[in-house]
Amino acid sequence: MIPLAWYLTFAAALFCLGLYAVLARQNAVAILMGIELMLNAVIVNLIAFWRYNEPENVSGQAFAIIVFAVAAAEAAVGLALIISIYRRRETVMAEEIDMMKW
Amino acid sequence: MGISNYQMSSVISLLPEVGLLVLAGVVLTMDVLLKDDRKHLIAVTTAVGSLLIILAALMYSQPSGDLIWGGMVRDDMLAFVFRLAFIFAGGITAMFSIGSKELAHRGDYYAIMLGAVIGMCFMASAADLIMLYLAIETTGIAGYLLAGYVRTDDRSAEAGLKYFLFGAATSAVMLYGFSLLYGLTGETNLGAIAPILASGTVSVSAICAIVVLILVGVGFKIAIVPFHFWAPDVYEGAPSPVTGFISTASKTAGFAVLLRVFIYGLAASEYWLPAMAGLAAVTMTFGNLVALAQTNIKRLLAYSSVAHAGYVLVAFVAYSELGVASAIFYLIAYVVTNLAAFGVVIVFAHTAGTDDIQQYAGMSRRSPYLALAMLVAFLSLAGMPPLAGFFAKFYVFAAAVKADMIWLAFVGVLNAIVGLYYYLVVLKVVYVSPAPDGVGSIDIPATCKIALVVLSLGIILIGTASSPWFNWAMKAAQDLF
Repeated sequence: MIPLAWYLTFAAALFCLGLYAVLARQNAVAILMGIELMLNAVIVNLIAFWRYNEPENVSGQAFAIIVFAVAAAEAAVGLALIISIYRRRETVMAEEIDMMKW
Repeated sequence: MGISNYQMSSVISLLPEVGLLVLAGVVLTMDVLLKDDRKHLIAVTTAVGSLLIILAALMYSQPSGDLIWGGMVRDDMLAFVFRLAFIFAGGITAMFSIGSKELAHRGDYYAIMLGAVIGMCFMASAADLIMLYLAIETTGIAGYLLAGYVRTDDRSAEAGLKYFLFGAATSAVMLYGFSLLYGLTGETNLGAIAPILASGTVSVSAICAIVVLILVGVGFKIAIVPFHFWAPDVYEGAPSPVTGFISTASKTAGFAVLLRVFIYGLAASEYWLPAMAGLAAVTMTFGNLVALAQTNIKRLLAYSSVAHAGYVLVAFVAYSELGVASAIFYLIAYVVTNLAAFGVVIVFAHTAGTDDIQQYAGMSRRSPYLALAMLVAFLSLAGMPPLAGFFAKFYVFAAAVKADMIWLAFVGVLNAIVGLYYYLVVLKVVYVSPAPDGVGSIDIPATCKIALVVLSLGIILIGTASSPWFNWAMKAAQDLF
Protein backbone atom coordinates (compact mmCIF):
# COMPACT_ATOMS: atom_id res chain seq x y z
CA MET A 1 0.00 0.00 0.00
CA ILE A 2 1.23 3.50 -0.79
CA PRO A 3 2.33 5.18 2.46
CA LEU A 4 0.30 8.08 3.87
CA ALA A 5 3.26 10.43 3.60
CA TRP A 6 3.16 10.26 -0.20
CA TYR A 7 -0.41 11.53 -0.28
CA LEU A 8 0.41 14.27 2.17
CA THR A 9 3.43 15.36 0.15
CA PHE A 10 1.32 15.38 -3.00
CA ALA A 11 -1.35 17.47 -1.25
CA ALA A 12 1.26 19.88 0.11
CA ALA A 13 2.76 20.32 -3.37
CA LEU A 14 -0.70 20.92 -4.83
CA PHE A 15 -1.44 23.44 -2.09
CA CYS A 16 1.80 25.32 -2.71
CA LEU A 17 1.11 25.40 -6.46
CA GLY A 18 -2.31 26.88 -5.78
CA LEU A 19 -0.89 29.40 -3.32
CA TYR A 20 1.75 30.40 -5.86
CA ALA A 21 -0.98 30.97 -8.47
CA VAL A 22 -2.97 33.11 -6.03
CA LEU A 23 0.05 35.26 -5.14
CA ALA A 24 1.73 35.52 -8.55
CA ARG A 25 -1.01 35.58 -11.18
CA GLN A 26 -2.66 38.80 -12.31
CA ASN A 27 -5.72 37.37 -14.00
CA ALA A 28 -8.67 37.06 -11.60
CA VAL A 29 -9.79 33.81 -13.25
CA ALA A 30 -6.30 32.34 -12.79
CA ILE A 31 -6.37 33.38 -9.11
CA LEU A 32 -9.72 31.63 -8.76
CA MET A 33 -8.19 28.50 -10.30
CA GLY A 34 -5.35 28.71 -7.79
CA ILE A 35 -7.89 28.82 -4.95
CA GLU A 36 -9.58 25.73 -6.39
CA LEU A 37 -6.21 23.93 -6.43
CA MET A 38 -5.72 24.77 -2.75
CA LEU A 39 -9.16 23.37 -1.93
CA ASN A 40 -8.38 20.21 -3.91
CA ALA A 41 -5.21 19.79 -1.88
CA VAL A 42 -7.33 19.95 1.27
CA ILE A 43 -9.69 17.29 -0.07
CA VAL A 44 -6.76 14.96 -0.87
CA ASN A 45 -5.49 15.54 2.67
CA LEU A 46 -8.85 14.81 4.26
CA ILE A 47 -9.49 11.63 2.31
CA ALA A 48 -5.95 10.32 2.90
CA PHE A 49 -6.18 10.98 6.64
CA TRP A 50 -9.62 9.40 6.78
CA ARG A 51 -8.47 6.24 4.95
CA TYR A 52 -5.28 5.78 6.96
CA ASN A 53 -6.38 6.89 10.44
CA GLU A 54 -9.71 5.27 11.19
CA PRO A 55 -11.85 4.40 8.16
CA GLU A 56 -14.84 3.45 10.34
CA ASN A 57 -15.20 7.10 11.46
CA VAL A 58 -16.71 8.88 8.46
CA SER A 59 -16.22 12.46 9.61
CA GLY A 60 -13.27 12.91 7.22
CA GLN A 61 -15.43 11.87 4.28
CA ALA A 62 -18.25 14.14 5.39
CA PHE A 63 -15.76 16.99 5.68
CA ALA A 64 -14.50 16.35 2.13
CA ILE A 65 -18.03 16.38 0.70
CA ILE A 66 -18.82 19.65 2.48
CA VAL A 67 -15.58 21.15 1.13
CA PHE A 68 -16.37 20.45 -2.48
CA ALA A 69 -19.94 21.60 -2.13
CA VAL A 70 -18.65 24.88 -0.70
CA ALA A 71 -15.96 25.09 -3.39
CA ALA A 72 -18.65 24.88 -6.07
CA ALA A 73 -20.69 27.66 -4.43
CA GLU A 74 -17.58 29.77 -4.08
CA ALA A 75 -16.63 29.31 -7.74
CA ALA A 76 -20.15 30.29 -8.81
CA VAL A 77 -20.11 33.49 -6.74
CA GLY A 78 -16.52 34.27 -7.76
CA LEU A 79 -17.22 33.93 -11.47
CA ALA A 80 -20.36 36.05 -11.08
CA LEU A 81 -18.31 38.81 -9.45
CA ILE A 82 -15.65 38.53 -12.17
CA ILE A 83 -18.30 38.83 -14.89
CA SER A 84 -19.84 41.80 -13.10
CA ILE A 85 -16.52 43.64 -13.06
CA TYR A 86 -15.69 42.61 -16.65
CA ARG A 87 -18.91 44.20 -17.87
CA ARG A 88 -18.02 47.50 -16.20
CA ARG A 89 -14.31 47.67 -16.95
CA GLU A 90 -13.58 45.24 -19.79
CA THR A 91 -10.72 43.73 -17.78
CA VAL A 92 -10.10 40.95 -15.28
CA MET A 93 -6.47 41.83 -14.56
CA ALA A 94 -5.90 42.50 -10.86
CA GLU A 95 -3.47 45.36 -11.44
CA GLU A 96 -6.00 47.27 -13.55
CA ILE A 97 -8.74 46.93 -10.94
CA ASP A 98 -7.37 49.70 -8.79
CA MET A 99 -9.89 52.50 -8.34
CA MET A 100 -9.33 52.51 -4.60
CA LYS A 101 -5.88 52.99 -3.16
CA TRP A 102 -4.59 54.95 -0.25
CA MET B 1 -22.33 17.83 29.03
CA GLY B 2 -22.68 14.79 26.82
CA ILE B 3 -23.72 14.73 23.22
CA SER B 4 -27.47 14.49 22.99
CA ASN B 5 -29.15 13.62 19.73
CA TYR B 6 -32.36 15.01 18.23
CA GLN B 7 -34.42 16.09 21.19
CA MET B 8 -37.02 18.80 21.11
CA SER B 9 -34.70 21.00 23.16
CA SER B 10 -32.03 20.89 20.46
CA VAL B 11 -34.57 22.11 17.91
CA ILE B 12 -35.65 24.93 20.21
CA SER B 13 -32.09 26.05 20.80
CA LEU B 14 -31.81 26.63 17.05
CA LEU B 15 -34.94 28.80 17.14
CA PRO B 16 -33.10 32.00 16.12
CA GLU B 17 -31.58 30.37 13.02
CA VAL B 18 -34.89 28.77 12.04
CA GLY B 19 -36.58 32.14 12.53
CA LEU B 20 -34.02 33.88 10.33
CA LEU B 21 -34.52 31.29 7.59
CA VAL B 22 -38.30 31.76 7.69
CA LEU B 23 -37.80 35.52 7.67
CA ALA B 24 -35.58 35.27 4.58
CA GLY B 25 -38.32 33.29 2.85
CA VAL B 26 -40.93 35.88 3.82
CA VAL B 27 -38.72 38.68 2.55
CA LEU B 28 -38.20 36.99 -0.82
CA THR B 29 -41.95 36.36 -1.16
CA MET B 30 -42.68 40.01 -0.37
CA ASP B 31 -40.21 41.04 -3.05
CA VAL B 32 -42.29 39.18 -5.63
CA LEU B 33 -45.74 40.16 -4.38
CA LEU B 34 -45.38 43.83 -3.35
CA LYS B 35 -45.77 46.72 -5.76
CA ASP B 36 -42.76 48.98 -6.23
CA ASP B 37 -44.08 51.85 -4.11
CA ARG B 38 -44.53 49.59 -1.08
CA LYS B 39 -41.18 47.80 -1.22
CA HIS B 40 -39.83 49.76 1.75
CA LEU B 41 -41.98 47.39 3.83
CA ILE B 42 -39.40 44.68 3.12
CA ALA B 43 -36.78 46.46 5.22
CA VAL B 44 -39.32 47.12 7.96
CA THR B 45 -40.27 43.43 7.97
CA THR B 46 -36.63 42.41 8.24
CA ALA B 47 -36.08 44.73 11.19
CA VAL B 48 -39.29 43.81 13.02
CA GLY B 49 -38.67 40.13 12.34
CA SER B 50 -35.16 40.39 13.78
CA LEU B 51 -36.55 42.04 16.90
CA LEU B 52 -39.17 39.30 17.32
CA ILE B 53 -36.48 36.63 16.89
CA ILE B 54 -34.37 38.26 19.60
CA LEU B 55 -37.36 38.37 21.97
CA ALA B 56 -38.29 34.76 21.19
CA ALA B 57 -34.71 33.63 21.74
CA LEU B 58 -34.58 35.40 25.10
CA MET B 59 -37.82 33.75 26.16
CA TYR B 60 -37.50 30.23 24.79
CA SER B 61 -33.92 29.30 23.84
CA GLN B 62 -31.87 29.98 26.93
CA PRO B 63 -28.62 28.05 26.46
CA SER B 64 -28.22 24.64 28.09
CA GLY B 65 -24.45 24.32 27.67
CA ASP B 66 -24.77 21.00 25.82
CA LEU B 67 -23.25 19.81 22.60
CA ILE B 68 -26.23 19.24 20.33
CA TRP B 69 -26.90 17.98 16.83
CA GLY B 70 -24.32 15.22 17.07
CA GLY B 71 -21.67 17.56 18.48
CA MET B 72 -21.90 20.06 15.62
CA VAL B 73 -23.16 22.93 17.75
CA ARG B 74 -22.43 23.95 21.33
CA ASP B 75 -25.44 25.62 22.85
CA ASP B 76 -23.69 27.79 25.44
CA MET B 77 -23.87 31.32 26.75
CA LEU B 78 -20.97 32.48 24.59
CA ALA B 79 -22.80 31.47 21.42
CA PHE B 80 -26.07 32.92 22.73
CA VAL B 81 -24.66 36.38 23.44
CA PHE B 82 -22.94 36.58 20.07
CA ARG B 83 -25.99 35.33 18.18
CA LEU B 84 -28.18 38.01 19.71
CA ALA B 85 -25.59 40.61 18.76
CA PHE B 86 -25.55 39.41 15.12
CA ILE B 87 -29.33 39.40 14.79
CA PHE B 88 -29.43 42.88 16.33
CA ALA B 89 -26.81 44.07 13.82
CA GLY B 90 -28.79 42.51 10.96
CA GLY B 91 -32.02 44.25 12.01
CA ILE B 92 -30.31 47.63 12.40
CA THR B 93 -28.57 47.21 9.03
CA ALA B 94 -31.95 46.55 7.39
CA MET B 95 -33.25 49.83 8.86
CA PHE B 96 -30.23 51.74 7.60
CA SER B 97 -30.54 50.17 4.14
CA ILE B 98 -33.59 52.38 3.54
CA GLY B 99 -31.11 55.27 3.39
CA SER B 100 -29.34 53.73 0.41
CA LYS B 101 -31.13 54.20 -2.92
CA GLU B 102 -29.64 51.10 -4.55
CA LEU B 103 -30.47 48.72 -1.71
CA ALA B 104 -33.68 50.02 -0.16
CA HIS B 105 -36.17 48.20 -2.39
CA ARG B 106 -34.35 44.97 -3.19
CA GLY B 107 -35.81 41.91 -1.45
CA ASP B 108 -32.95 39.62 -2.48
CA TYR B 109 -30.48 41.95 -0.75
CA TYR B 110 -32.26 41.50 2.59
CA ALA B 111 -32.49 37.74 2.06
CA ILE B 112 -28.74 37.47 1.39
CA MET B 113 -28.06 39.57 4.47
CA LEU B 114 -30.22 37.29 6.59
CA GLY B 115 -28.27 34.36 5.14
CA ALA B 116 -25.07 36.01 6.31
CA VAL B 117 -26.58 36.43 9.79
CA ILE B 118 -27.43 32.72 9.88
CA GLY B 119 -23.84 31.91 8.95
CA MET B 120 -22.55 34.18 11.72
CA CYS B 121 -24.86 32.57 14.28
CA PHE B 122 -23.35 29.20 13.44
CA MET B 123 -19.83 30.64 13.51
CA ALA B 124 -20.47 31.59 17.11
CA SER B 125 -21.94 28.23 18.12
CA ALA B 126 -20.04 25.72 15.94
CA ALA B 127 -18.07 23.20 17.99
CA ASP B 128 -16.91 21.04 15.10
CA LEU B 129 -14.42 21.82 12.33
CA ILE B 130 -16.92 20.79 9.64
CA MET B 131 -19.67 23.02 10.98
CA LEU B 132 -17.20 25.82 11.58
CA TYR B 133 -15.96 25.77 7.99
CA LEU B 134 -19.50 25.64 6.62
CA ALA B 135 -20.55 28.58 8.80
CA ILE B 136 -17.50 30.67 7.88
CA GLU B 137 -18.14 30.08 4.19
CA THR B 138 -21.87 30.82 4.49
CA THR B 139 -20.99 34.16 6.03
CA GLY B 140 -18.17 34.78 3.58
CA ILE B 141 -20.03 33.99 0.36
CA ALA B 142 -23.02 36.07 1.43
CA GLY B 143 -20.60 38.87 2.35
CA TYR B 144 -18.93 38.82 -1.10
CA LEU B 145 -22.33 39.11 -2.74
CA LEU B 146 -23.37 41.98 -0.48
CA ALA B 147 -20.14 43.92 -1.05
CA GLY B 148 -20.49 43.59 -4.84
CA TYR B 149 -24.26 43.98 -4.81
CA VAL B 150 -24.56 47.33 -6.61
CA ARG B 151 -23.53 46.25 -10.10
CA THR B 152 -24.01 49.71 -11.57
CA ASP B 153 -21.29 51.09 -9.31
CA ASP B 154 -17.67 50.41 -10.32
CA ARG B 155 -16.48 50.71 -6.74
CA SER B 156 -18.95 48.19 -5.40
CA ALA B 157 -18.06 45.65 -8.09
CA GLU B 158 -14.38 46.13 -7.33
CA ALA B 159 -15.00 45.80 -3.58
CA GLY B 160 -16.91 42.57 -4.14
CA LEU B 161 -14.15 41.05 -6.26
CA LYS B 162 -11.38 42.07 -3.85
CA TYR B 163 -13.31 40.79 -0.85
CA PHE B 164 -13.92 37.52 -2.67
CA LEU B 165 -10.32 36.93 -3.78
CA PHE B 166 -8.85 37.70 -0.36
CA GLY B 167 -11.59 35.84 1.48
CA ALA B 168 -11.53 32.69 -0.62
CA ALA B 169 -7.72 32.45 -0.59
CA THR B 170 -7.39 32.97 3.17
CA SER B 171 -10.22 30.55 3.96
CA ALA B 172 -8.53 27.91 1.77
CA VAL B 173 -5.33 28.35 3.81
CA MET B 174 -7.32 28.05 7.03
CA LEU B 175 -9.04 24.94 5.70
CA TYR B 176 -5.65 23.37 5.04
CA GLY B 177 -4.92 23.96 8.71
CA PHE B 178 -8.24 22.31 9.62
CA SER B 179 -7.36 19.26 7.50
CA LEU B 180 -4.01 18.89 9.27
CA LEU B 181 -5.69 19.32 12.65
CA TYR B 182 -8.16 16.57 11.73
CA GLY B 183 -5.40 14.34 10.40
CA LEU B 184 -3.10 14.66 13.40
CA THR B 185 -5.79 14.24 16.03
CA GLY B 186 -8.26 12.01 14.16
CA GLU B 187 -11.12 14.16 15.45
CA THR B 188 -13.18 17.00 14.02
CA ASN B 189 -14.85 18.03 17.27
CA LEU B 190 -13.08 20.90 19.03
CA GLY B 191 -13.97 19.48 22.44
CA ALA B 192 -12.35 16.15 21.51
CA ILE B 193 -9.32 17.77 19.89
CA ALA B 194 -8.32 19.72 23.02
CA PRO B 195 -7.46 16.72 25.25
CA ILE B 196 -5.54 15.01 22.44
CA LEU B 197 -3.38 18.10 21.94
CA ALA B 198 -2.96 18.37 25.71
CA SER B 199 -1.70 14.78 25.94
CA GLY B 200 1.38 15.76 23.91
CA THR B 201 1.10 13.16 21.13
CA VAL B 202 1.16 15.89 18.48
CA SER B 203 4.49 17.68 18.07
CA VAL B 204 4.77 21.34 19.01
CA SER B 205 6.01 22.37 15.57
CA ALA B 206 2.97 20.78 13.92
CA ILE B 207 0.64 22.62 16.30
CA CYS B 208 2.43 25.90 15.58
CA ALA B 209 2.05 25.34 11.82
CA ILE B 210 -1.66 24.64 12.28
CA VAL B 211 -2.07 27.74 14.44
CA VAL B 212 -0.45 29.91 11.75
CA LEU B 213 -2.63 28.43 8.99
CA ILE B 214 -5.84 28.91 10.97
CA LEU B 215 -4.80 32.39 12.02
CA VAL B 216 -4.58 33.43 8.35
CA GLY B 217 -8.28 32.69 7.86
CA VAL B 218 -9.45 34.12 11.16
CA GLY B 219 -7.12 37.11 10.81
CA PHE B 220 -8.79 37.95 7.51
CA LYS B 221 -12.23 37.91 9.11
CA ILE B 222 -11.23 40.15 11.99
CA ALA B 223 -8.94 42.30 9.77
CA ILE B 224 -5.78 42.34 11.86
CA VAL B 225 -2.36 43.29 10.48
CA PRO B 226 -0.99 41.70 8.23
CA PHE B 227 -4.31 40.38 6.86
CA HIS B 228 -6.05 43.75 6.71
CA PHE B 229 -5.24 44.78 3.11
CA TRP B 230 -8.74 44.14 1.89
CA ALA B 231 -10.46 46.16 4.62
CA PRO B 232 -9.99 49.78 3.46
CA ASP B 233 -10.84 49.04 -0.18
CA VAL B 234 -13.85 46.87 0.61
CA TYR B 235 -15.13 49.29 3.26
CA GLU B 236 -14.86 52.20 0.84
CA GLY B 237 -16.32 50.44 -2.18
CA ALA B 238 -19.14 48.40 -0.66
CA PRO B 239 -22.52 50.10 -0.15
CA SER B 240 -22.40 51.83 3.27
CA PRO B 241 -25.00 49.66 5.05
CA VAL B 242 -23.04 46.60 3.96
CA THR B 243 -19.81 48.19 5.17
CA GLY B 244 -21.38 48.80 8.55
CA PHE B 245 -22.58 45.21 8.65
CA ILE B 246 -19.22 43.71 7.61
CA SER B 247 -17.21 45.90 9.95
CA THR B 248 -19.32 45.02 12.99
CA ALA B 249 -21.11 41.67 12.68
CA SER B 250 -18.61 39.90 10.44
CA LYS B 251 -15.66 41.04 12.54
CA THR B 252 -17.39 40.00 15.76
CA ALA B 253 -18.17 36.59 14.24
CA GLY B 254 -14.48 36.23 13.39
CA PHE B 255 -13.62 36.93 17.02
CA ALA B 256 -16.21 34.39 18.17
CA VAL B 257 -14.36 31.81 16.07
CA LEU B 258 -11.01 32.99 17.41
CA LEU B 259 -12.17 32.55 21.01
CA ARG B 260 -13.81 29.20 20.33
CA VAL B 261 -10.97 27.65 18.33
CA PHE B 262 -7.99 29.03 20.18
CA ILE B 263 -9.23 28.81 23.76
CA TYR B 264 -11.71 25.91 23.65
CA GLY B 265 -10.08 23.83 20.89
CA LEU B 266 -6.35 24.52 21.11
CA ALA B 267 -6.39 25.14 24.85
CA ALA B 268 -3.20 23.25 25.60
CA SER B 269 -0.99 25.14 23.20
CA GLU B 270 -0.07 28.53 24.57
CA TYR B 271 3.16 28.94 22.63
CA TRP B 272 1.57 31.45 20.31
CA LEU B 273 0.50 33.95 22.97
CA PRO B 274 3.63 36.16 22.78
CA ALA B 275 3.32 36.29 18.98
CA MET B 276 -0.34 37.26 19.34
CA ALA B 277 0.60 40.00 21.80
CA GLY B 278 2.98 41.37 19.17
CA LEU B 279 0.24 41.19 16.52
CA ALA B 280 -2.11 43.07 18.85
CA ALA B 281 0.41 45.88 19.38
CA VAL B 282 1.22 46.16 15.66
CA THR B 283 -2.46 46.06 14.67
CA MET B 284 -3.46 48.83 17.08
CA THR B 285 -0.55 51.06 16.15
CA PHE B 286 -0.81 50.56 12.39
CA GLY B 287 -4.58 51.06 12.31
CA ASN B 288 -4.46 54.26 14.31
CA LEU B 289 -1.47 55.82 12.55
CA VAL B 290 -2.79 55.19 9.04
CA ALA B 291 -6.26 56.40 10.06
CA LEU B 292 -4.68 59.81 10.80
CA ALA B 293 -4.02 60.36 7.08
CA GLN B 294 -7.47 59.49 5.71
CA THR B 295 -9.77 61.94 3.93
CA ASN B 296 -12.65 59.56 3.23
CA ILE B 297 -14.83 58.81 6.25
CA LYS B 298 -15.36 55.16 5.31
CA ARG B 299 -11.62 54.57 4.93
CA LEU B 300 -11.07 56.33 8.25
CA LEU B 301 -13.56 54.01 9.90
CA ALA B 302 -11.91 51.06 8.13
CA TYR B 303 -8.52 51.78 9.67
CA SER B 304 -10.15 52.61 13.00
CA SER B 305 -11.84 49.20 12.90
CA VAL B 306 -8.45 47.58 12.28
CA ALA B 307 -7.24 49.35 15.42
CA HIS B 308 -10.28 48.17 17.36
CA ALA B 309 -9.51 44.58 16.37
CA GLY B 310 -6.11 45.18 17.96
CA TYR B 311 -7.71 46.26 21.26
CA VAL B 312 -9.82 43.10 21.33
CA LEU B 313 -6.71 41.02 20.66
CA VAL B 314 -5.16 42.59 23.76
CA ALA B 315 -8.03 41.18 25.80
CA PHE B 316 -7.61 37.84 24.04
CA VAL B 317 -3.90 37.48 24.84
CA ALA B 318 -4.63 38.22 28.49
CA TYR B 319 -5.97 34.65 28.21
CA SER B 320 -8.12 34.60 31.31
CA GLU B 321 -11.79 34.63 32.16
CA LEU B 322 -11.58 38.35 32.71
CA GLY B 323 -9.80 38.76 29.38
CA VAL B 324 -12.43 36.86 27.41
CA ALA B 325 -15.25 38.64 29.23
CA SER B 326 -13.71 42.02 28.43
CA ALA B 327 -13.25 40.96 24.79
CA ILE B 328 -16.94 40.04 24.58
CA PHE B 329 -17.96 43.28 26.28
CA TYR B 330 -15.72 45.25 23.93
CA LEU B 331 -17.25 43.54 20.90
CA ILE B 332 -20.82 44.27 22.03
CA ALA B 333 -19.96 47.91 22.68
CA TYR B 334 -18.15 48.07 19.34
CA VAL B 335 -21.07 46.59 17.38
CA VAL B 336 -23.48 49.17 18.79
CA THR B 337 -21.05 52.08 18.45
CA ASN B 338 -19.72 51.37 14.98
CA LEU B 339 -23.21 50.70 13.62
CA ALA B 340 -24.18 54.15 14.87
CA ALA B 341 -21.11 55.68 13.19
CA PHE B 342 -21.95 54.02 9.88
CA GLY B 343 -25.60 55.01 10.31
CA VAL B 344 -24.52 58.64 10.36
CA VAL B 345 -22.36 58.08 7.27
CA ILE B 346 -25.30 56.46 5.43
CA VAL B 347 -27.75 59.23 6.33
CA PHE B 348 -25.26 61.94 5.40
CA ALA B 349 -24.46 60.32 2.03
CA HIS B 350 -28.22 59.92 1.41
CA THR B 351 -28.52 63.72 1.18
CA ALA B 352 -25.02 64.90 0.35
CA GLY B 353 -23.97 62.00 -1.89
CA THR B 354 -20.37 61.95 -0.65
CA ASP B 355 -18.13 60.32 1.96
CA ASP B 356 -15.47 63.04 1.90
CA ILE B 357 -14.71 64.25 5.44
CA GLN B 358 -14.35 67.88 4.31
CA GLN B 359 -17.96 67.81 3.07
CA TYR B 360 -19.09 67.17 6.65
CA ALA B 361 -18.21 70.80 7.44
CA GLY B 362 -20.95 72.51 9.39
CA MET B 363 -23.10 69.41 9.66
CA SER B 364 -24.12 70.43 13.19
CA ARG B 365 -26.03 73.39 11.69
CA ARG B 366 -27.56 71.34 8.89
CA SER B 367 -28.88 68.67 11.26
CA PRO B 368 -28.16 69.08 14.97
CA TYR B 369 -29.59 65.67 15.86
CA LEU B 370 -27.53 63.80 13.30
CA ALA B 371 -24.44 65.64 14.55
CA LEU B 372 -25.37 64.65 18.10
CA ALA B 373 -25.60 60.99 17.11
CA MET B 374 -22.20 61.31 15.45
CA LEU B 375 -20.77 62.95 18.59
CA VAL B 376 -21.98 60.08 20.77
CA ALA B 377 -20.73 57.42 18.36
CA PHE B 378 -17.30 58.95 17.75
CA LEU B 379 -16.66 59.79 21.40
CA SER B 380 -17.56 56.21 22.27
CA LEU B 381 -15.18 54.94 19.58
CA ALA B 382 -12.52 57.21 21.03
CA GLY B 383 -13.20 55.79 24.50
CA MET B 384 -14.60 58.80 26.38
CA PRO B 385 -16.50 58.26 29.63
CA PRO B 386 -19.33 57.66 30.32
CA LEU B 387 -19.96 56.02 26.95
CA ALA B 388 -19.75 52.33 26.09
CA GLY B 389 -16.32 52.60 24.44
CA PHE B 390 -14.68 53.90 27.61
CA PHE B 391 -15.69 50.98 29.82
CA ALA B 392 -14.87 48.54 27.03
CA LYS B 393 -11.30 49.86 26.81
CA PHE B 394 -11.08 50.08 30.59
CA TYR B 395 -11.93 46.39 31.06
CA VAL B 396 -9.58 45.35 28.23
CA PHE B 397 -6.61 47.20 29.67
CA ALA B 398 -7.46 46.02 33.19
CA ALA B 399 -7.39 42.43 31.94
CA ALA B 400 -4.02 43.01 30.27
CA VAL B 401 -2.53 44.51 33.44
CA LYS B 402 -3.89 41.66 35.55
CA ALA B 403 -2.25 39.17 33.19
CA ASP B 404 1.11 40.93 33.69
CA MET B 405 1.10 42.41 30.21
CA ILE B 406 1.67 45.95 31.35
CA TRP B 407 3.64 46.94 28.26
CA LEU B 408 0.73 45.90 26.06
CA ALA B 409 -1.76 47.89 28.12
CA PHE B 410 0.63 50.85 27.85
CA VAL B 411 0.79 50.56 24.05
CA GLY B 412 -3.01 50.34 24.07
CA VAL B 413 -3.43 53.51 26.11
CA LEU B 414 -1.01 55.42 23.85
CA ASN B 415 -3.01 54.20 20.87
CA ALA B 416 -6.26 55.32 22.45
CA ILE B 417 -4.81 58.84 22.59
CA VAL B 418 -3.88 58.75 18.90
CA GLY B 419 -7.40 57.49 18.19
CA LEU B 420 -8.94 60.30 20.21
CA TYR B 421 -7.10 62.79 18.01
CA TYR B 422 -8.47 61.71 14.66
CA TYR B 423 -12.00 61.19 15.94
CA LEU B 424 -11.91 64.72 17.39
CA VAL B 425 -10.61 66.11 14.08
CA VAL B 426 -13.74 64.77 12.36
CA LEU B 427 -15.96 66.17 15.11
CA LYS B 428 -14.20 69.53 14.74
CA VAL B 429 -15.12 69.56 11.05
CA VAL B 430 -18.70 68.74 11.95
CA TYR B 431 -19.10 71.27 14.77
CA VAL B 432 -16.64 74.11 14.15
CA SER B 433 -16.03 74.45 10.41
CA PRO B 434 -18.60 76.62 8.62
CA ALA B 435 -21.03 74.92 6.28
CA PRO B 436 -20.44 75.57 2.59
CA ASP B 437 -22.91 77.99 0.97
CA GLY B 438 -26.09 76.71 -0.57
CA VAL B 439 -26.47 73.43 1.32
CA GLY B 440 -29.74 72.74 3.05
CA SER B 441 -30.73 70.64 6.02
CA ILE B 442 -30.18 66.88 5.99
CA ASP B 443 -33.17 64.65 5.48
CA ILE B 444 -33.19 61.58 7.77
CA PRO B 445 -35.42 58.67 6.69
CA ALA B 446 -37.76 57.56 9.48
CA THR B 447 -36.32 54.07 9.94
CA CYS B 448 -32.77 55.49 10.09
CA LYS B 449 -33.96 57.95 12.73
CA ILE B 450 -35.35 55.14 14.90
CA ALA B 451 -32.18 53.07 14.45
CA LEU B 452 -29.92 55.99 15.37
CA VAL B 453 -31.96 56.75 18.50
CA VAL B 454 -31.82 53.08 19.55
CA LEU B 455 -28.06 52.89 18.97
CA SER B 456 -27.29 56.19 20.71
CA LEU B 457 -29.34 55.15 23.74
CA GLY B 458 -27.60 51.78 23.62
CA ILE B 459 -24.16 53.41 23.68
CA ILE B 460 -25.12 55.51 26.70
CA LEU B 461 -26.86 52.61 28.44
CA ILE B 462 -23.98 50.16 27.98
CA GLY B 463 -21.67 52.87 29.28
CA THR B 464 -23.58 54.17 32.30
CA ALA B 465 -25.02 50.81 33.38
CA SER B 466 -22.20 48.54 32.32
CA SER B 467 -22.33 45.97 35.13
CA PRO B 468 -25.29 43.84 33.92
CA TRP B 469 -23.72 43.70 30.44
CA PHE B 470 -20.36 42.80 31.86
CA ASN B 471 -21.90 40.09 34.06
CA TRP B 472 -23.46 38.67 30.94
CA ALA B 473 -20.07 38.68 29.20
CA MET B 474 -18.49 37.12 32.28
CA LYS B 475 -21.04 34.29 32.21
CA ALA B 476 -20.29 33.72 28.54
CA ALA B 477 -16.55 33.68 29.20
CA GLN B 478 -16.93 31.00 31.86
CA ASP B 479 -18.14 28.59 29.18
CA LEU B 480 -14.68 28.52 27.62
CA PHE B 481 -12.62 27.69 30.68
